[in-house]
Amino acid sequence: MNTIYLRRRIINVFNLTVALLTTLLALFFLAWLLWTLIKNGAPHINWSLFTQSTPPPGDSNGGLANAIVGSLMMTAVGVLLGSPLGVLAGTYLSEFGRESRLASVVRFVNDILLSAPSILIGVFVYAIIVVNVGHFSGWAGGIALTLIMIPVVVRTTEDMLSLVPDQMREAAAALGAPYWKVILTIVYRSASKGIMTGILLGLARISGETAPLLFTALNNQFMSLNMNDSIANLPVVIFQFAMSPYDDWQHLAWAGSLLITVTILLLNIIARLGLGGGSSKGY
Amino acid sequence: MTINSSAVNELAKNNVREIDRSGDAPTHHQGVGRTTSAKNERGTTEKQAKIEVKDLNFYYGKFHALKNVNIKIPASEVTAFIGPSGCGKSTLLRTMNRIYELYPEQRSEGQILLDGDNILDRRQDLNLLRAKVGMVFQKPTPFPMSVYDNVAFGVKLYERLSRSEMDDRVEWSLRKAALWDEVKDKLHQGGTRLSGGQQQRLCIARGIAVKPEVLLLDEPASALDPISTLKIEELIHELKGDYTIVIVTHNMQQASRVSDYTAFMYLGELIEFDETTTIFTNPANKQTEDYITGRYG
Repeated sequence: MNTIYLRRRIINVFNLTVALLTTLLALFFLAWLLWTLIKNGAPHINWSLFTQSTPPPGDSNGGLANAIVGSLMMTAVGVLLGSPLGVLAGTYLSEFGRESRLASVVRFVNDILLSAPSILIGVFVYAIIVVNVGHFSGWAGGIALTLIMIPVVVRTTEDMLSLVPDQMREAAAALGAPYWKVILTIVYRSASKGIMTGILLGLARISGETAPLLFTALNNQFMSLNMNDSIANLPVVIFQFAMSPYDDWQHLAWAGSLLITVTILLLNIIARLGLGGGSSKGY
Repeated sequence: MTINSSAVNELAKNNVREIDRSGDAPTHHQGVGRTTSAKNERGTTEKQAKIEVKDLNFYYGKFHALKNVNIKIPASEVTAFIGPSGCGKSTLLRTMNRIYELYPEQRSEGQILLDGDNILDRRQDLNLLRAKVGMVFQKPTPFPMSVYDNVAFGVKLYERLSRSEMDDRVEWSLRKAALWDEVKDKLHQGGTRLSGGQQQRLCIARGIAVKPEVLLLDEPASALDPISTLKIEELIHELKGDYTIVIVTHNMQQASRVSDYTAFMYLGELIEFDETTTIFTNPANKQTEDYITGRYG
């Protein structure tokens, strides 16, 4: 056999094997993590988890209701504030500032924000809101989550909009549509699935964040709907309960971890399967 | 008016065939050429110019793409731009509805008069201009919405029609574009689900639905199979008379089949512009003749 061809085949087999092994390694740890979570968390998932608030130490009857509600409220603030801001900024980058200097600066800063450690966001919001207002609050937590959400949405929106071919914009403009209308009716429509995926991925990202909430929303032992006061949330409850010496608290921490993980997993699966891609083909 | 001009077109078509046949025999070549150019002179003086391009220069950044182009596009006729790739024929077309202004680095200098008004003027409203000068692109670009909404999209921008009026307009446009029979049962299905040829006719229907005066076609059939191409060409025959049509094509047979007038461009310059029959049988310019006979490009 031709030696060059033989060498190519050997290299091919070698590379395939290495790629397969590394994939298996990654999957192995993921499966292990999920298995541990399910093994320790699943036995403690029950109805009272959703109906009762976090208990004092030693009480085996408590749940996570207050933390779930608090998390939902702050995540909602993050999504409701972060999505429009992120989509608008992404629209600017893709539609108006493709080659402008300002846009490349915005793009650069956004990338930095995207990879900034989340604890930094927490400290930042602590310094500008919590310190000035004088107390921890759900709003501060929501704003911290917003700041984490924005760069994710900006990035995916820009990427998805730039996948829409220019001919599409030209075709709409050639009918006499003003550019804002071209964006709203044609570009957004073509990229709607991609933009929604970006928002879902952002939502998945912020629903597990602990560090920014530790400095902003802190925690609350009781059910509270008051966003002006400190408010309970799943990540911080898990953080505190898992570090505690009490068995009941640790059980709740496991159950909460499983809850968050399953939620994020579902969000990601919906984002990829249900909405997958940014194309207009699925119309 | 319509009947009249189509009769004229029929005549012109017969002329083309006559000349095509006699053009094969080189001995008759000169004689035929002389008669056509005489006819041509009478023709251009009679024909009213819909679009008049004066000293047009065009730049992609620093690249000088069009050099002092002057041309009079006759009203209610089909004018074809031919020439090798990169000669500026699409660029010239794209100045006529100023679609190039979507890209900040592209700019033009000179004048383009549409019915006597300079559309390159700063004060010209771009959207109103584009409602008057429609365009169909090389690749079909159906919008991500139903067939019906694709056609209604442009109409809604400038007219407030009742439901039934809109239904009529959509049907009228689709009939004009020879697409109605194929899509009448799937008006509310996605426009992207149609075949390539149907998509392109949908784009033409969308373009004529807003009732423009001029229709710019940028290689409308180059991505289509021969049967769809034939349909588009028949469609162009149907539409002329009602619209002034300008078509860019790199298919010379297509230019000779569909157009009344042909402009040959090369390296950003307009080399020759005349009746299609003259350009294809007895071009005045050596470069045109070389290109037509396939010697380069």
